[in-house]
Amino acid sequence: MKRRWNWPIWAGFVVVVAGLFSYGFFARFPITRDFPWANLLLFGIGIALLTVGLFRAFGRPQVYRGTIFGSIFAMVAVLLVAFFSYVIFYVLHQVPASAGAPRVGQKAPDFFLLDQNGKPVGLGDLLSNSKGVALIFYRGFW
Amino acid sequence: MGISVDPPEISRSQAQKSGYTFPLLSDTNAKIIRRYDVLHPGAGPKGADIARPAEFLLDSNGIVRWVNLTENIAVRARPEQVLQAFSELQSAGQ
Repeated sequence: MKRRWNWPIWAGFVVVVAGLFSYGFFARFPITRDFPWANLLLFGIGIALLTVGLFRAFGRPQVYRGTIFGSIFAMVAVLLVAFFSYVIFYVLHQVPASAGAPRVGQKAPDFFLLDQNGKPVGLGDLLSNSKGVALIFYRGFW
Repeated sequence: MGISVDPPEISRSQAQKSGYTFPLLSDTNAKIIRRYDVLHPGAGPKGADIARPAEFLLDSNGIVRWVNLTENIAVRARPEQVLQAFSELQSAGQ
């Protein structure tokens, strides 16, 4: 007897993979970047579907397929979620403490640097022409 | 204004792409980034030293009035936070 297609396993795996690769999209919006709840939601849905599929495969193996490939897919999915969590909740938090950074009330060190047009810009010049200056240090686009 | 280790050419194309009109300054050897102690050693391409995300708001005398040092690279000050801090400084100064 031909056993039936166990669709929750496939769907669950696809949703987990989508949860991983959609981070590039969700990271463009602060609300889904500051905390990756959209990705975690996709992981949750995917893992739930995989669980349903595995229960079907192992509960009624004569009806549903997927005891072997379902187990492999589930393991890969768990590894993908673990990798995502490691990067998001550990690697991204490895920021230097910057204990020596200028504090509120201290004078910001002056500097001269080239701007995007190759023109030298000094902090003092910017300050004297404005009500205030926002200094944004960023990682860069390389 | 922005400060990074990007050379001016990269900053220029980025500013054009994003329509930025404020200066993007190049600190290619991270001298100023070091002076502000916002260096993230080895975090750049091929282990290069780069800046960690950090935001400072200075008044017209160059005094730091607001600082945001994130504990998560992905979480940075949002523009409205900086504007909020700036307007609070403006009203406090009057």
